[in-house]
Amino acid sequence: MLAVAGCAKAPIASQVSDPAETFNRKVFAFNVGVDKAVLQPVASAAGSGRGPILTGVHNFASNLDTPGDIVNNVLQLRLMRAARNTLRFAVNSTAGVGGLFDPSTALGLPALETDFGETLYVWGVGEGNYQMLPLLGPSTERDTAGILVDYAINPLRFVLKSPESDYVTGAKVVDKIGSRARHSDTVDSILYESADPYAQARLLYLQNRHYTLGGDSATDENFEDPYAQ
Amino acid sequence: MHNNHSMMSRRRFAAGFALGSVALALPLPSLALTVDDAKDLIGKAVAEINTTIASGKSQTAMYGDFERIFSRYADVPTIARSALGVASKKASAAQMASFTKAFQGYISRKYGSRFREFIGGSIEVTDARAIKSYYEVISVAHLKGQAPFDLRWHVSDKSGKNLFFNIIIEGVNMLASERTEIGAMLDKRGGDLDALIGDLKTA
Repeated sequence: MLAVAGCAKAPIASQVSDPAETFNRKVFAFNVGVDKAVLQPVASAAGSGRGPILTGVHNFASNLDTPGDIVNNVLQLRLMRAARNTLRFAVNSTAGVGGLFDPSTALGLPALETDFGETLYVWGVGEGNYQMLPLLGPSTERDTAGILVDYAINPLRFVLKSPESDYVTGAKVVDKIGSRARHSDTVDSILYESADPYAQARLLYLQNRHYTLGGDSATDENFEDPYAQ
Repeated sequence: MHNNHSMMSRRRFAAGFALGSVALALPLPSLALTVDDAKDLIGKAVAEINTTIASGKSQTAMYGDFERIFSRYADVPTIARSALGVASKKASAAQMASFTKAFQGYISRKYGSRFREFIGGSIEVTDARAIKSYYEVISVAHLKGQAPFDLRWHVSDKSGKNLFFNIIIEGVNMLASERTEIGAMLDKRGGDLDALIGDLKTA
């Protein structure tokens, strides 16, 4: 615990740093093209994304992310969260029939999701520049590094062999469609109704990311007082 | 808990340091509005929103309800001015008046259509606190089949009445989002505010 107290987190960035905007906008246009051609039509056929099958797939896929969350909880020295996620994984994998159901949330153990990008933040690594990744969407240099490390250190990679590992990949792809369906109103309003979808997506990603990292509206300079202007 | 506390104070310290002496000169929330008043205001707004969500009315009828709730509980002129950004400084009083009116309809339709997702759910006010020169009311949105999410309201009485001027959904704040959006719309029209006002009426 002392180590955490002594470990200075990176400051939450107060300004958007997007020097590669011209390139990022091209990647964004490609991603929107993929959404329009594939994701949106498939997701809209999937309905609300909240039916029993897609909910089960979502529970299954997010349960499989939990071991990676626990590794990161430990790397962040957030041991209470690691313990809660471990208990959650045990309950959902057994009573939740291999993760298809999520009894943990009802028992007061909601998912405490994290990633190596957050671990880097806890370790004091700065956010870096904003990035738009092909297919994966908005990120920052720190979060992109996190995605790569999360893939490398995911405990399931060492446990599961083909064909089980292929089922996992399949579940993740299906969950992506379910997620697009669940958030169709939000995603459509940003991608297809906004005057500048790229700028909206960037703002939303960064603000929400800062929030999940524990940014506080009391100190965040992005929360302005319009009466003082 | 101890950790959280020390992290918080360090961050506060850092922010204060960055702002230098300006931070010391910031006005405290005025005494006329208390944290309980702010919480009550949002409690009332939320009760009306919950009633609308549960009413089973048509979407168009709900837009009307949301616009009424918005104009009663939000400081629309301030939100509109902030969304327009620097362009508001060059606008005439007549332009600001018609922009504000068009903006109110636009924002009610936009957020009203999003509140459709709230049908079958409810919002619950949980806490309030003083931050900067205003108050933050914290609520939780419970939606069907979704994990509860964090919804915050920034409340001030600087307009002369107790009103909210910002809504923050999981960290995403409406003022910043609308400034980006309105700015992009204005750019698309070559900075022509009257064209923007005309289009906002139907956007």
